[in-house]
Amino acid sequence: MTRRDWIHGWLLVLPAMALLALFTHLPAVTTVWNSFFSTPRGRRPAVFVGLDNYERLLNDPIFWKVLTNNLWFALGTIPASIALAIAMALFVNQSFLGRGFVRMAYFTPTVLPLIAVANIWLFFYTPGFGLIDQLIGLFGYGQTNLLGSPDTALGAIMVVTVWKEAGFFMIFYLAALQTIPPQLTEAARIEGASSWTIFRRITFPLLMPTTLFVSVNAVINSFRLVDHIFILTGGGPDNASSLLLFYIYETSFRFWDTAYGATLTVVMLVLLCILAIGQFFLFDRKVHYK
Amino acid sequence: MTTTIKTGGRDIRLSGVSKNWDSTQALSDVNIDIPAGSFTALLGPSGCGKSTLLRIISGLETASAGQVMIGGTDVTTAPADKRDLSMVFQSYALFPHLDVAENIIFGLRTRRVPRKERQKRLNRVAALLGLEDYLDRKPAQLSGGQQQRVALGRAVIAERSVCLMDEPLSNLDAKLRQTMRTELRVLQRELGFTMVYVTHDQVEAITMADQVVLMNAGRVEQIAAPQDLYERPATTFTARFIGTPPMNLLPAEELREAGVALERATGSRLTAGLRPEALHIAAQSPLSMTVTGIEYLGADALVHGVLGAAPLILRVPGQSLPNPGQPIPLAFAPRDLHLFDAATGHRVDLPDVASTLSRAGVPAGSTGATAPSLQTEDL
Repeated sequence: MTRRDWIHGWLLVLPAMALLALFTHLPAVTTVWNSFFSTPRGRRPAVFVGLDNYERLLNDPIFWKVLTNNLWFALGTIPASIALAIAMALFVNQSFLGRGFVRMAYFTPTVLPLIAVANIWLFFYTPGFGLIDQLIGLFGYGQTNLLGSPDTALGAIMVVTVWKEAGFFMIFYLAALQTIPPQLTEAARIEGASSWTIFRRITFPLLMPTTLFVSVNAVINSFRLVDHIFILTGGGPDNASSLLLFYIYETSFRFWDTAYGATLTVVMLVLLCILAIGQFFLFDRKVHYK
Repeated sequence: MTTTIKTGGRDIRLSGVSKNWDSTQALSDVNIDIPAGSFTALLGPSGCGKSTLLRIISGLETASAGQVMIGGTDVTTAPADKRDLSMVFQSYALFPHLDVAENIIFGLRTRRVPRKERQKRLNRVAALLGLEDYLDRKPAQLSGGQQQRVALGRAVIAERSVCLMDEPLSNLDAKLRQTMRTELRVLQRELGFTMVYVTHDQVEAITMADQVVLMNAGRVEQIAAPQDLYERPATTFTARFIGTPPMNLLPAEELREAGVALERATGSRLTAGLRPEALHIAAQSPLSMTVTGIEYLGADALVHGVLGAAPLILRVPGQSLPNPGQPIPLAFAPRDLHLFDAATGHRVDLPDVASTLSRAGVPAGSTGATAPSLQTEDL
């Protein structure tokens, strides 16, 4: 390549590079940098403290609490929403009367604004006269406070998340299902395969690229969730429903402990990188791309 | 090719089979007998219902009315996997994520055949189809012909007594198609299963089949051996569909005196059918065709012309070609003249065509080609 071509190339890449560097790479590096300093307060500037922030993190019971919460949250929501998404996609991939309506209904939670969704569920969960209490009241059960008790708060949020995510993932699965030629299923049927065998040996393996894509997204989403928690529980009671990002938000912007917030963020970034890389390497061997 | 696979075929009997989708009638009152161990081709233009019929035999589709019997058992409502048959799809329908070996033994796995038996049969089928070197490849890494063989392998490994094929050669190039035709026929003879083969290509049907079922617009036009189909077409549709170029059809009056005499004998208006290869150039004849154009094909040539008002095609040897505008006196053997009822299109057989023709002075000439013309673009 001539010198001129090089300049041309760099000029073409420049706008995107500038945006990425300014809003992604630079903040990431600054975050790592900040995590080695103390939080500046008033006239006291930030001082280099080395790994002090990380030591504090290791001894922080709330950090471990939200990390465990996040783990349970991911384990609870990801497989459930993926399984539900596949089931819904398989269902609406058949032809029946009102299929368009059902597809739309499944996708509605994705279209609705997060804040509105959280508020609707807040009403569902309301002790005494919420939808859930009214329903179980019919069977003679008493009042519940699903969002208010430490044992059920996280579970209640997980239900909302699955409800919200499954419809979105279903769209990907539906698109993938429609690229599988129906002759494959027919050929398998003639060879005596049951519906379950067809799903296990043909449909599901052919959906693997989608599953990989969806699960990477789902993992990232599970670490990114704050909005539901804001409306539904505020992380409580006693951090029972607080997740990592919510804790970062509270630390950095409510308690304004930016240095510790930066430290938590670094941990989360590292965690997400490991997970994403791991998923790609682990799954990739089992995924058939066309 | 050495093989020990042998499956006795079962006969298939369709009676009164119909299929409607909402208001469209895909098949109406189809009656076919397919003898055990035979090779039957379902032939027809696209949209004639032949694939639907095959799917009804396979059980992937159920008939709206009528009965499907396989090997003497009524399977009209039985699901596909209870009919003991195999099927090869036009797209091959190979599982893209499984290698060749897994594709071939898919059915054995679902039926829980023990591993040892699976391996034994796989080796046999791979040897039979020349796939030994490709067993661990994915379908995408194979050529069209190899994919086709894998599909065949999956169909024959289960040793079913009936095999259905839906235009299995249409995705192959012309040369490969020709070799596969021969191989398929050999395979079917060797294994002895009953073959039902859907195609829109008359060459495939005529070269491979014992019995051809010609279909048109959801109806069976004619069921006959290839030779009968060519030599005694039952309708004008069959007459035009089989043979390349198609049979000349013209109103009987265009045959002058002879035509008028024939119409008088039957008492109805007739359509006369003459194959291009049955027409010969005579020294003198009351029938004279005016040449309008020549299509040179090498070994022979097609002479386009008009007889009265009717267009006509005549096949002549390639060496001596007439000039455009030149009149050609025509001769044909009485047995090469096909007569159809002009109103219904059905064949009309008259006992004394020969004498009528000779009385009218039409020279007989030698009889035309009696073997089907296989001149199509893919040869």
